[in-house]
Amino acid sequence: MIQILFFFFAALAAGAAINVLVQKHVLYSALSLILMLTATSVLFILLGADFLAVIQIIVYAGAIMVLFVFVIMLLNLPVDEDGADRLRWLKFIGIPLGLFFLFLVTATLWNVQAGTGTQSRFVGSPQAIGQSLFTDYLLPFEVTSLLILIALVGAVVFAKKDL
Amino acid sequence: MIPASWFLILSAVLFLIGVLGFFLKRNIIALLLSVEIMLNAVNLTFVVFSNQHRQISGQIFVFFVLVVAAAEAAVGLALVIAMFRNRESLNVDRSNLLKW
Repeated sequence: MIQILFFFFAALAAGAAINVLVQKHVLYSALSLILMLTATSVLFILLGADFLAVIQIIVYAGAIMVLFVFVIMLLNLPVDEDGADRLRWLKFIGIPLGLFFLFLVTATLWNVQAGTGTQSRFVGSPQAIGQSLFTDYLLPFEVTSLLILIALVGAVVFAKKDL
Repeated sequence: MIPASWFLILSAVLFLIGVLGFFLKRNIIALLLSVEIMLNAVNLTFVVFSNQHRQISGQIFVFFVLVVAAAEAAVGLALVIAMFRNRESLNVDRSNLLKW
């Protein structure tokens, strides 16, 4: 049962990720990425990381992707102009090489990790995460706020009309 | 009971798709979306190993990756707006002013 769930959502995530690349208009890519993030959050639940799954949907699919969609609609983009490709040949070399890389990684992982299984009842509850975040990782947490402040100021400065 | 290697292989597949998208796409917003795919694949790996080792630290790191992704999206999209305002195009091959 749980394997069926895994295969379904793994296929959904991979298919949506491929669809991100295939789509011509970037808005459809963004919507497809939202689907991929949601499927990944279901995989988080299968791994017992319930809280992260919720955070993934709220922050990633909810906030970050809304920012993407907002900017795409704000810019009123022309449909992808794909002419004059100096990198056209890259497709025919890059995809086989990428698949070869994937084969190597898969073979390695298959040999090393084949025996061990994951358990769905390893619960990353909000309590456990909060306790760890505010004791062991307090300094990185505070530095994070500084990073967000810098990003906020930087975004405002970059997007201003006249610097 | 799902083998951890299945999750890791899925994560490798997603990361590969992100890398391919980053190199093959021309639109700068599509490049940012590819980076998001790669970050998400890494998040999946973190959670798998957190599960394997019974350690919550892996999930904490997913938080930090999430924060960095948010900051990157905000700054990146601001740069996209500035780029579009200057050259009316999002094609990364068009911004070749520093190339000789």
